[in-house]
Amino acid sequence: MFRPSVSIVLFGALALGSFFVGCSSGTRTVKAASLRPVSERKPAPDFALKDADGRTVHLSDYKGKVVLLDFWATWCGPCRMEIPWFIEMQRDNKDRGFEVLGVSMDDNGWEDVKPFLSEMKINYRVVIGNDATAQLYGDVESLPTTFLIDRDGKIAVVHVGLTSKRDFQDGVEQLLQPGQSGSKVALNRVLVPALSLRPR
Amino acid sequence: MGAIQKVEGKRNAAVQAKIPVVVDAGFHVNSNTPSEDYLIPLKVKWTAAGALDGGELMFPKPSFEKVEGTEKPLSVFTGSFDIVANFKVAANAPAGPGSAAGKLSYQACNAKMCFPPKTVDIAVPYQVD
Repeated sequence: MFRPSVSIVLFGALALGSFFVGCSSGTRTVKAASLRPVSERKPAPDFALKDADGRTVHLSDYKGKVVLLDFWATWCGPCRMEIPWFIEMQRDNKDRGFEVLGVSMDDNGWEDVKPFLSEMKINYRVVIGNDATAQLYGDVESLPTTFLIDRDGKIAVVHVGLTSKRDFQDGVEQLLQPGQSGSKVALNRVLVPALSLRPR
Repeated sequence: MGAIQKVEGKRNAAVQAKIPVVVDAGFHVNSNTPSEDYLIPLKVKWTAAGALDGGELMFPKPSFEKVEGTEKPLSVFTGSFDIVANFKVAANAPAGPGSAAGKLSYQACNAKMCFPPKTVDIAVPYQVD
């Protein structure tokens, strides 16, 4: 029933912020710090997901590389804005030990995603995610959510929501530097108000 | 605070139900006619209409919001609005109370992020006189 008490509230970003960033619980604000100091980084959970060719992709396959892990969906406008930037970053930095890995959260899977990969000429690997993967990464619900992972497989930063191209480039560039120790990039604060869709 | 108000009518009477929806400030849901094919529309589907026939929907006029990075303004609903469903009480409906069940699907975003599509159950209580 569509009762007055029914309220759909989407707090995905809050959960994510608490899980990885350890801040701002109980409020409607998420503070996602950019490039955490190396000593404070947590390992990025491994997963095994299929790519468009049916091959299993493990995050651990990328150890030794800087990885931009992008949770996205075809129906997500802000995600679609960022994807051309990732294509460019993949092209420009692939030979420097950098890879973009897309995790699509489309319910219809490849049926929706494959045409989009062709249309956008996506030059990096994309896998189809699931609830388990989203949970591993702190209940990713709001999209896009993007993790920058250092060469040791640790999460250096999480961006919740649309982020500037410059922020991504700065973060990647910093992680690609030999012996980088993080923390040069200013705090990136993303406000995430809750959404309710409910009867009046 | 209010559920969908009960509709009441005799057999063969036209009745109208309003489904009230509130979207929090700063967010939008795609309208029933999104401006891009890839966007997920607001939908209502009746699953068990009981003594009510029809259920044709009337959505409010969408607003058009220009969002950074999109070519066309997005056709969206924001704030408080009603979806109106037009029913007819079935000719052979038994007198008494009942409820028509349906599902409302939506997908919400703000300028920075989107949330997965959701479906919620809705029910229109009715009384056949």
